[in-house]
Amino acid sequence: MHDAGKIFLGLGVFVGLVGAPVWYGLGRGPGAPPELEKAVEGPRCVEPTEVMRASHMQLLDQWRTAVVRRAEHVYVASDGRQHAMSLTGTCLRCHADPAKFCDRCHGYVGVEAFCWDCHQRKRRSGS
Amino acid sequence: MKRRSFLELVGLGAAGVCAVPVARALGGASRTEPAPDALPGKRWAMVVDERKCLTRDGCKACTEACHRGHNVPAMKDPRHEVKWIWKEQLADVFPERVTPYTPAAVKALPTMVLCNHCDNPPCVRVCPTQATWKRADGIVMMDEHRCIGCRYCITACPYGARSFNFEDPRPSIPGELADYPTRTRGVVEKCTFCTERLAVGKRPLCVEACEGIGCGALVFGDASDPGSPVSALLRSTDVTRRKPELGTSPHVFYVLRG
Repeated sequence: MHDAGKIFLGLGVFVGLVGAPVWYGLGRGPGAPPELEKAVEGPRCVEPTEVMRASHMQLLDQWRTAVVRRAEHVYVASDGRQHAMSLTGTCLRCHADPAKFCDRCHGYVGVEAFCWDCHQRKRRSGS
Repeated sequence: MKRRSFLELVGLGAAGVCAVPVARALGGASRTEPAPDALPGKRWAMVVDERKCLTRDGCKACTEACHRGHNVPAMKDPRHEVKWIWKEQLADVFPERVTPYTPAAVKALPTMVLCNHCDNPPCVRVCPTQATWKRADGIVMMDEHRCIGCRYCITACPYGARSFNFEDPRPSIPGELADYPTRTRGVVEKCTFCTERLAVGKRPLCVEACEGIGCGALVFGDASDPGSPVSALLRSTDVTRRKPELGTSPHVFYVLRG
């Protein structure tokens, strides 16, 4: 154990560097959860808020597959209400500005959504 | 407790646990269905009546309506052009009709071209992700979500109907509409016979634009329905198709000038 000091110093530096994101996060604390803009229209989303919060990505996948691949455009929600399956036409009617809704959570958790590479962020003219 | 009743209880309990998600799925389940006003069609087809189209020199009504309605970009670099429906010279659309004696004026006749929505589409055969596929109603459809940009379909299509987004199309879209998505760099696009309109009871943009200017050179409808206008034309007129020898069986038909 001639070089114990150097070894432990090296290990310390290594752990410090590798764990830097963790230490940084711990130092900053959990941070305030993002504040989301309230829906512009209507008190209810197509499905209950808890379902949307947990599974909106599965719902959007289901919508995409139905519309693009099966030419089905109507979503009959679990409460029986009917909705046009359209990100820009239906979702944006209430969540009018994705920057104040989608982006805030997605930015907070660091999950990039590439919907807007093609889909329009502007609310549709006729709806 | 007897061994027998214990096993019965365990069995019942397990069945109960399994029944919960089943009941949840059956009761109050959501579902998807076609819009009630969707146009019914078993085999969509189009006839391009060049006898009418050629009477309108320089007309671009269909191209403009389609490209505007689908946010098709007008790329500056001609090698990066994106097109859904456009005009080509007759000699390039129907090369087999050209003889050494065909007058130059005939060879140069502008002829509408678009995706042929083949019965046997080579693009679909080669697509590795099924991003392009043939629907039950005959439309060769694109799912831009699945397209990985390999361009096999572009190579396979004998009609040059497909375009690739070599660059981000958004800056090159004149007057981007909020009613239709754009595409992104690295995906292939083409005419889809306006599936988004058929699904809500409307006919393709090009057809409506052509009728709108009082021409009616583009006739669209269900070829399997004997009562449709497109059927009437197909069954009464001398129509032709592009490269029939390939066996792709295009469903865009042409009535060429007599």
